[in-house]
Amino acid sequence: MADTQRFEFLLRLGDSDLVLAQRLGEWVGKGPILEEDIALANVGLDLLGQARMWLTYAGEVEGAGRDEDALAYRRDVHQFRNALLCEQPNGNYADTTARQFLYDHWHVLMLRALGRSSDERIAAIAAKAAKEVDYHVERSTDWVIRLGDGTDISHERMQAAIDASWPYAGELFVADAVDEAMARDGVAPDLAALAAPWRAAVTAALADATLVVPTDDWAQRGGRQGKHTEHLGHLLTEMQFLQRAYPDARW
Amino acid sequence: MTSEWPLWEVFIRSQHGLAHKHAGSLHAPDAAMAVKNARDVYTRRNEGVSIWVVRSSDVVASSPGDREALFDPAQSKVYRHPTFFPMPDEVKHI
Repeated sequence: MADTQRFEFLLRLGDSDLVLAQRLGEWVGKGPILEEDIALANVGLDLLGQARMWLTYAGEVEGAGRDEDALAYRRDVHQFRNALLCEQPNGNYADTTARQFLYDHWHVLMLRALGRSSDERIAAIAAKAAKEVDYHVERSTDWVIRLGDGTDISHERMQAAIDASWPYAGELFVADAVDEAMARDGVAPDLAALAAPWRAAVTAALADATLVVPTDDWAQRGGRQGKHTEHLGHLLTEMQFLQRAYPDARW
Repeated sequence: MTSEWPLWEVFIRSQHGLAHKHAGSLHAPDAAMAVKNARDVYTRRNEGVSIWVVRSSDVVASSPGDREALFDPAQSKVYRHPTFFPMPDEVKHI
């Protein structure tokens, strides 16, 4: 059932972007300074736009009449396929930065590889998204270096944030049957092959930031299969409130 | 030392061939971050092809008190204005 697997795969891409966009949206009005507030919202809106393209296509592949809104607002926690990293709470600014940094470096590698997908629609979406994510990588990497190589307090918090986020990044490189099927069909890359370039880029940035690369590579898994941390339900409660309380509301 | 980040003036060039125009100001700890912030604050809607940032403290301004001495003498001298040349319609941005 190639189409079922392709649907699953598209949900993983779309849900990760959607959930992280929602997290970044939570910063709006609370950013440390006006310029960062706007920058975080911009990154969030980029990801939201990408999520819409992935989920719209997922709905078409599924062929059950669900559009992007039905997929975003009418599914419950265990039906979401986002990576666990994306649903982790914002924490302090170092936590938000670490989460973004680890995701961005994976995201850009994934999108570049998807740009060569045998599925033309996926290749087109990825090519468009990669340009935005190039900037996300530049921004989050810059902040990791600034905070890591900053004051004693910012260094300490940035290291703690990297250490805390690290176990959630490993999942991005662990392929299951869906990922293997996608790789076999040339739709998506072999996830494990992204690990080496990701580690090289992340390690180089952490060195510039005078931060230590965590040594324990034990990975928390399950998000991409629908098993989530307790944080996702709370996020969805807020994100889906309007459509749950007032189905099909329009204004 | 103040904990406030310094202020920067942002100039955006909207098209090739046009001059950079003042777009506004923002706070940033250094020049590199000022360019990034300018991109996020002022060029999200396809406004620009180039960004300049300048520390606001480096801008030297004329004094409002000197206004008459600097600008009033030009008013009665119409020959200083290039208004006597017919301009072809094709020439833009003049």
